Amino acid sequence: MSPTNRTVVVTGIGATTPLGGDAASTWEGLMAGRSGVKPLEGERFAELPVRIAAPAAVDPGDVLPRPLARKLDRSAQFALIAAREAWADAGYTGKAGEDDKVQPNRLGAVIASGIGGVTTLLDQYDVLKEKGVRRVSPHTVPMLMPNGPSANVGLEVNAQAGVHTPVSACASGAEAIGYAVEMIRTGRADVVVAGGTEAAIHPLPIAAFANMMAMSKSNDEPQKASRPYDTGRDGFVLGEGAGVVVLESAEHAAARGARVYCEVVGQGLSADAHHIAQPEPTGRGIAVAMQNLIDDSGLKPSEIVHLNAHATSTPQGDVAEIKALRRVLGDDLDHVAISATKSMTGHLLGGAGGIETVATVLALHHRTAPPTINVDDLDTDVDADIVRDKPRALPEGTIAAINNSFGFGGHNVVLAFRTV
Amino acid sequence: MAFTQEEIVDGLAEIVNEIAGIPTEDVQLDKSFTDDLDVDSLSMVEVVVAAEERFDVKIPDEDVKNLKTVGDAADYIAQHQVSKA
Repeated sequence: MSPTNRTVVVTGIGATTPLGGDAASTWEGLMAGRSGVKPLEGERFAELPVRIAAPAAVDPGDVLPRPLARKLDRSAQFALIAAREAWADAGYTGKAGEDDKVQPNRLGAVIASGIGGVTTLLDQYDVLKEKGVRRVSPHTVPMLMPNGPSANVGLEVNAQAGVHTPVSACASGAEAIGYAVEMIRTGRADVVVAGGTEAAIHPLPIAAFANMMAMSKSNDEPQKASRPYDTGRDGFVLGEGAGVVVLESAEHAAARGARVYCEVVGQGLSADAHHIAQPEPTGRGIAVAMQNLIDDSGLKPSEIVHLNAHATSTPQGDVAEIKALRRVLGDDLDHVAISATKSMTGHLLGGAGGIETVATVLALHHRTAPPTINVDDLDTDVDADIVRDKPRALPEGTIAAINNSFGFGGHNVVLAFRTV
Repeated sequence: MAFTQEEIVDGLAEIVNEIAGIPTEDVQLDKSFTDDLDVDSLSMVEVVVAAEERFDVKIPDEDVKNLKTVGDAADYIAQHQVSKA
């Protein structure tokens, strides 16, 4: 087999999300149809037009030792926690080299975020103004740099084949996973720890997103605020956390007898070239990404039974995605059970592709699609099968699932997974 | 009045505990910040800033490189602290 078409499999998963501090509790929350959205308490949020968000269920400061946590931006803290879980879940017992099942020069790390260490930047600017130059933390630059989470995860597992950080706003986490797949396919690495993370629950990002008219202002009903596909949807709810997977070449996983969750069939990429922040209303770019995925990977539309949609609960975006799917899949969209898990987790921006990949992998593993909550009145423009309120069983046999992520800037990333 | 050497070492131990998580009883005069106490060059800057505040001294960047051990730092602080008569 040539190194350019090696099969890539998922052998480990980890997550820390608004629904739980690990992948298992997150999955339980998804199955229960639980909302992680809460009111934002405190004076610093009082004047904002948006006073709701989906904070991590388990604070990373309660998990990591304080000397380590104080040197890491919150986004890197989440990434490290999720990566440690995924690494152990994959069956590795130490760093590459210490565990001789993977060598450092065959291991990569690709962790992305949408807006990086934004809270470190803002908090240290407050320190500069209020306490002076000398008190600005010497850890500020490594904490705020967008590659910080990837670099810290790379250090944790001793990844020396390459550590990367693609940045594409809310598509970043998915793009990271796609990049990792290519690292393995092209032979640069045998194993890659990949995913997305985000920690941006701070008055400035919230004010900024709110002023773009992108966020829900349902302050009085936090748990009903994220409502993809519902006629009453009025924008996304900001969430935080991380989702990470361990990807391996199928040969490498087989050689060490690893448990395999599923295969990563491939990715489809495109760019809208339409507007810096608005979705292209017909879903033209999304359709191109879907078609590229199918053309490049040989994925058959008849195999696709589940989609974890991008669906952020914005009036335009949710419908554009469905239009694109219908255009590419035609009648095959009718057998795709669509879940918008952001209805429960909120939107983790660059973390979304990470946690939603974990959710998609688990949906195939358990053959169950998570519900979409808060669809009280389905938008008539949503011509597709939305899994509402309760989980739904997926078919037996070989099945495939898609995870969509799109970002400000017009970035479209479509990832596909298949049972093995 | 000036801080005694014991007060300085105890204070440094608390600072190193806060920053690097090392138990205070392990922070001894002969210990190297880098080799024994898990204080890297960035964390050393935090130790220095915290010590400056606590002991009311100024430790210029060019002097920090000479503070290899807890004893070096304690001596430096004892010699440079502002006497509060």
